[in-house]
Amino acid sequence: MNNPQLEIQIIAAIVAIACAIPGVFLVLRKMSLISDAISHAILPGIVIGFFITQDLNSPILILLAAFMGVITVVLVEFIQKTNLVKEDTAIGLVFPILFSIGVILIAKNANDVHLDVDAVLLGELAFAPFDRLLIDGTDWGPKSLWVMGIILIITIVLLLLFYKELKVSTFDTGLASALGFSPIIMHYGLMSVSSITVVGAFDAVGAILVVALIIAPAATAYLLTEDLKKMIWLSILFGVASAILGYWVAHFLDASISGSIATTLGFIFLIVYLIAPSKGLIAVLYRQKQQRIEASLITFLLHLNRHEEVRERHINHLQEHINWGIVRSKTVLDLAEKNNLIQIDNNIVALTEKGLLFTEKSLEYIISNKDEKIEPMKEDFFLFRG
Amino acid sequence: MSIQEYFQLVWNDYTLRTITGGTAVLGAICGMLGSFAVLRKESLLGDAISHAALPGIALAFLITGAKDSGVLLLGALVSGLIGTFWIRGITSKTHLKSDTALGLILSIFFGFGMLLLTFIQKQPNANQAGLDKYLFGQAATLVESDVRLMIIVTGISLVVMLLFWKEFKLLLFDEDYTKTLGFNTKFIDIIITFLIVLAIVLGLQTVGVVLMSAILLAPAAAARQWTNNLSTMVILAAVFGAFSGVFGTAISASQNNLSTGPVIVLVAGVFVLFSFIFSPKRGLLFREIRFRKNRSDLQLMKTLQFMYSIAEEHENISHPHAIRILNNFHGFTKTSLKKLENEGLIAINGQDWALTPKGFKQAQEMYNQKPANE
Repeated sequence: MNNPQLEIQIIAAIVAIACAIPGVFLVLRKMSLISDAISHAILPGIVIGFFITQDLNSPILILLAAFMGVITVVLVEFIQKTNLVKEDTAIGLVFPILFSIGVILIAKNANDVHLDVDAVLLGELAFAPFDRLLIDGTDWGPKSLWVMGIILIITIVLLLLFYKELKVSTFDTGLASALGFSPIIMHYGLMSVSSITVVGAFDAVGAILVVALIIAPAATAYLLTEDLKKMIWLSILFGVASAILGYWVAHFLDASISGSIATTLGFIFLIVYLIAPSKGLIAVLYRQKQQRIEASLITFLLHLNRHEEVRERHINHLQEHINWGIVRSKTVLDLAEKNNLIQIDNNIVALTEKGLLFTEKSLEYIISNKDEKIEPMKEDFFLFRG
Repeated sequence: MSIQEYFQLVWNDYTLRTITGGTAVLGAICGMLGSFAVLRKESLLGDAISHAALPGIALAFLITGAKDSGVLLLGALVSGLIGTFWIRGITSKTHLKSDTALGLILSIFFGFGMLLLTFIQKQPNANQAGLDKYLFGQAATLVESDVRLMIIVTGISLVVMLLFWKEFKLLLFDEDYTKTLGFNTKFIDIIITFLIVLAIVLGLQTVGVVLMSAILLAPAAAARQWTNNLSTMVILAAVFGAFSGVFGTAISASQNNLSTGPVIVLVAGVFVLFSFIFSPKRGLLFREIRFRKNRSDLQLMKTLQFMYSIAEEHENISHPHAIRILNNFHGFTKTSLKKLENEGLIAINGQDWALTPKGFKQAQEMYNQKPANE
């Protein structure tokens, strides 16, 4: 591993961390798409900044473009407030229009601007180490490393200072204003930080990957935990892991680093989406199936409880009466018998004492509309789950 | 070339005619189907789908090696649909919200597409030139067969839309009711989604992945301001879309260095801005005018009420009182007095005013009025 390779990985990791932190709050506040809007809408800001400074890493350009990002947010909110269109339409209208203005600005000044829309949108991490910070002829390392490093430090300092305020205003806006933290200041503060991060990162990784780095780690972490601190740490972990893994994938495929990092992020999300305990797809589908069978079981037990006569309690009759298929009836019967809730005597089903107790209790809860109490009761009664 | 020249040339010049036809048809179909996306609050789905289509294009090229736009669009369609249904899967099966799901699929699919595109570029034998155009779109690459494909697809979706018009409309406004009537809502939903994905995929070659969603949204958002009727809105959106396409092409053709996609988006944006401000019922301008009028009416009534409280203490309701006893606080100004007189509610005589019987009656009944719609 040579020096530029190491530098690229360090830059990628720092960008990943700087994006993951605001990303957690954006995802929790249901504002993920604002990051997408900002990442496109800053283009005219970047172009105008570039006219002035002629340097993509200049602080003035970053501030100008970040300001453009905040203007985007204000514009979107203004359109939402007019109630002329729905919230999402407001986002969908504002950013393509601003982006188009940026593209046209570039096209009309193609001779003066050495700026490519592709480069802005896609970025090229591989070139980052070649743009170096030189002060008095001394090499201080790649410029984008410094830019992102400073943005990351600012983000972390702000996070530590305002952690409590951010947390409260994210989960309970009303409480936040009652406690005297202005949710509006928190909102625009977060927007400004996201804007600056997006602008700082676009040069290195491109506007679209920024969106991936902001949303994907937080979304993946959110599937695994509901603790805010853990979620931030997990997001950082996923971000950095994908950044480094993605770099090596790109290295072997000889393809775009930013695309490869986004793909890795997607891959990690897919795995977590499938196998996350309790919130993953497989766990959810399994739980739904379990609940379906257990709901059938309760229906079945209630039916037994209602009918004393032998005719109604014959296995075959039950099948016809409740209108279940053979497999389903058999699953339910087996489950009930395994749990000692019923006993089958000569194809006549009867509730055991335990079954009777369970049925009466659940009936009571169902009548008094306390369905949620049945779930813990199942834990007490069932030896085997559906 | 100036814009006039463009309109003279457009009927004879093959390239101009093809491009203009293509963008007009594209604008029309996007406006038409975009109306459904906007009303279903799925505006940003278009953005996600267009980005999600990119890996499909790249994979179709990798597998078949063909640059035939039909094959590539088929790939885009498949990958767009996969993206859409994954978004549905995320929002319905996990606690992640739709904005997260949209942003996630959008950026990840796009990133994967970029990975594939850059991978293709490095392949020695690949004749990859031309795949880039799907990023930002190049209307100039449209040929007659592309436009024919667009027209056919537009025709088919028009027929499907007319066939399922009642179902679409029902599902749009009352999903539960649709279910209770016995319609298969899942099936109708899939048809609408499929048509929207189809429209987006068609537009990729012309306006590109990034700006596609605006072509879908903007005409519909503009049309929404002018009407509350679905069929009128769909037709209006199609017209706005088609005009954005034609004007956008005209402007970009008459200038150097202007790609068509962004110009079409800006023209559509102008339509939206104009509609936001000048639509008679919902527009900001008329809303502000109505608001001011209501406020001044309220002031007048306040003044009238105060006059009434003085007049009712006298036996003769039309007994004159000095103007001096009114003050600014009661909403009294020269103009307001003038207005009241013009409406025949008071009579002014020199420095005195008096309520007319009509004014007295109106003030008396002011708080007894029932809202008009009751």
